[in-house]
This record gives sequence, structure tokens and C-alpha cells, in this order.
Amino acid sequence: MRLPRFEYLSPQTVQEACSLLSQHGDKARVKAGGTDLLNQMKERIIKPEYIIGLNSISDLDYIEADADKVRIGALTTLTTLNNSQVIKDKFPCLAAVPNKMATVQIRNMGTLGGNLCNAAPSADSAPILICLGAQAKIVGPNGDRLVALEDFFTGPGQTVLGDDEILAEIQVPDQAANTGGAYLKMSRISVDLALVGVAVVLTMDGDTCKDIKITLGAVAPTPIRAKKAEKALKGKKIDEGLIEKAGKIASDEASPIDDVRSSAFYRTEIVKVYTKRAIRQALEGTK
Amino acid sequence: MKRLIKLKVNGEVYEVAIHQHRTLAEVLREELDLIGTKEACNEGDCGSCTVILDGKTVTSCLTLAIEADGKEIRTIEGMAAKDGKLSPLQQSFVDHGAIQCGYCTPGMVMSATALLEENPKPTEDEVRMGIAGNICRCTGYTKIVEAILATSEGGK
Repeated sequence: MRLPRFEYLSPQTVQEACSLLSQHGDKARVKAGGTDLLNQMKERIIKPEYIIGLNSISDLDYIEADADKVRIGALTTLTTLNNSQVIKDKFPCLAAVPNKMATVQIRNMGTLGGNLCNAAPSADSAPILICLGAQAKIVGPNGDRLVALEDFFTGPGQTVLGDDEILAEIQVPDQAANTGGAYLKMSRISVDLALVGVAVVLTMDGDTCKDIKITLGAVAPTPIRAKKAEKALKGKKIDEGLIEKAGKIASDEASPIDDVRSSAFYRTEIVKVYTKRAIRQALEGTK
Repeated sequence: MKRLIKLKVNGEVYEVAIHQHRTLAEVLREELDLIGTKEACNEGDCGSCTVILDGKTVTSCLTLAIEADGKEIRTIEGMAAKDGKLSPLQQSFVDHGAIQCGYCTPGMVMSATALLEENPKPTEDEVRMGIAGNICRCTGYTKIVEAILATSEGGK
């Protein structure tokens, strides 16, 4: 499988990349790690005439802590994210995610921005980031905008990005005290995509759940919040009975399909089990 | 239009004129005759094309050759010494019977080399995670894992 022919362009700034996108329209695609893009091209699913290489832009690869949030450049590789002490300190539940994704080699090449913009319903980086309240900073010829990550995905492989826009940064706000989180992924083998992903981030006030977010991956056209399950727990004292109830509600909120990785029936069951386990693990993280 | 790129492979600089859509795997094998790096799945899943690029393992079948311009590349051909003496890891593979058909072996050795350079005393789990991106159809991985653990610091 050879790649189809294309012309490779190397913008030096994000603005230059956006204007190249404007110029070439749907004949161009941006390239970060390329681990999804190049495969789609090899399979002739897409045949862009122009590849806009983002790797020549020097200031899209960073993890920086501000006073109230951490900003992650879109071209940060999954390996860099995995090794970041800042992320381990501030968001241990996020630091644990890259190791569940793909392989060492793919993590060395693949980027956080790329994983989000590829927008697979099973994207592993999405659920925990949504639970953490992450925002996507999108850059275009007309300026920047911030979009809540939970509003970023519009369908399988589809995002709110306009044709001439680029995802430049992911912002993760500092979490309140007594917050814990967990992301559980089920896959056929260790390096596979998720057939179910469940992320939970909760904040406790003594025995009471002050706030909770539950995001399900791979069981709907996009990652989705399990808002009814959240409502069952928010403001309540968490006990095993309530956790059981939340698991059942979350599994009803999912709308999985049968595919090569799993069946809708099995996925529904696993959402229930993993929601319960993720809540318990998140609780452990608050201690 | 071909572009002229400089690839530093195993310490030697190669200047090649290549089309922009060539992958690093293709250029290593077809332009530089370094056929130790293999192409099997050609979609970044099997790891047989693994090389070390600027210190990190990558699947060269998903790497554009033009993006490797000016970078340092280590392939399986650079693992043994100039006089042909195998690296300790390579020798360990031989000693432990970690090679059957040999097709996964170059990629496996590159991944294991990178793993041990970053983590000289891995646990068995860490070894298995470290080579999870290299598929072996023949061995069932046991001897490969033993060979890597034996080479690690504190291995027997």
C-alpha cells in the first residue's frame, strides 16, 4: 500500500497553516503525527493533494501550568503527555490514560490534538478530558475561539472545526480539592481501540458527592456525558447501593452498536460494570 | 517534484532525492538498501518496520521520509558493532532461542533496545508493555521476553 501522491507544505506558524487551509480548501489536510491520516490515505479513503505538515511549527508542543489551568499544545505527543510531571501532579487520572492507548511507537508519533480531531467515538483521550472540564482552543483566519471539549465532537470522525481552522491547544482547569478520577477502557487486546471507555471525575465533601462527571466512550456516535447517572449521585452520600444504581442508569444512557469489536449487548453490560468500578476508583483518588 | 533530503542513518549521512509521498520505510529499504527494516502490515500495527528516530521508536511505514530529513535514525543494521559482533541484546536473542522466522526480529530488537535504554531494569510487565507494538507470529513471545530480561540490568 503506497501513499497517493501529494505536495507537502511546511508552514512555520499556525496562522500560516490556517491560510494554507483556506487557500486549498478540501484538497488539503493537516498532518500532526499522521498515524490515523496516513492509514486513511493508504486505504484511499481520502486523497488530499496537499499535506500541511504541522510538525514544522515550533510552538504547538508544550505543557504549561498557568495560575488556574494547564495548557497542552495540540502537537504534544501521547508519550510526552504520559511522561509529564505536571500532568501527573495535577491530573493523575489523565496521566494514566496514554499508556492505555495503542503502542509505544504510535504514542511516540501520535498527538493529543490528532487523537481529538480524528474524533473516533472511542477516542481514549476524550472521556477523561471531558470529565475534567477541558476546553479546546481553536485557531482560524478570523481569530481564536474556545469550545468546551464535550461540545467539540459532532459525529463519528466529525468535529466543530471549520475547514480553515486548527485545534491549537487543550486547556484543563485546575480541579477542586478532594477530587479524584479514573478512566477504564475495555479492549480485545492491549493495543486495540476501546470497545467501551468510561471516565469518572468526582469531588467529595466528606461522604457527600459535591460534583461528578461521567463520560462514556465508544458507545455512541461521540463521547457522551451520562448526565442522568451523574444526577443520581450529585449531592448525595455515596454508598454501594447508589453506585449500583448509577451503573444501571449509565448503561441505559449509552447507545452502542454491534461491530467487529463487540456487541451492543455486551457493551451495555460493560458500561454498567465499568461505571461502578470507575466511581469506586475515583473515590480512592480523593483520599 | 523530488526533494533532496539528508538522512543520518546509523551514524552515516545519506543524501537522497525522493518523492514527497515516500515513507521512511520505503526509502530505507528501496533507496538505501537497508532491508533489515521490514514492511508487513504497512499500517503501523505490527511493528516490523520499527526504527529509532531522534531517540524514540516509530513505525517507519507511517513516517514521511521528508519529515525525517536531518534527523538521526537507528536501524537494525546499526545494532551490531562494526566488526560484526552482535549487541548484548542481539546475542541474548540468539542464546535464548527468541528468533524463529526472524521477520519480527529487527523491529523487536529496536523496540527492546529503546526500552532498555530508557528503563534499564524493567519488570516483566514493563517488558511486555514495551514490546506490545511488535507482533510475533511464531514464538509466543516467551523467549523474547526472557532474552530482554536477561539483558537488562540485574538480569541473568
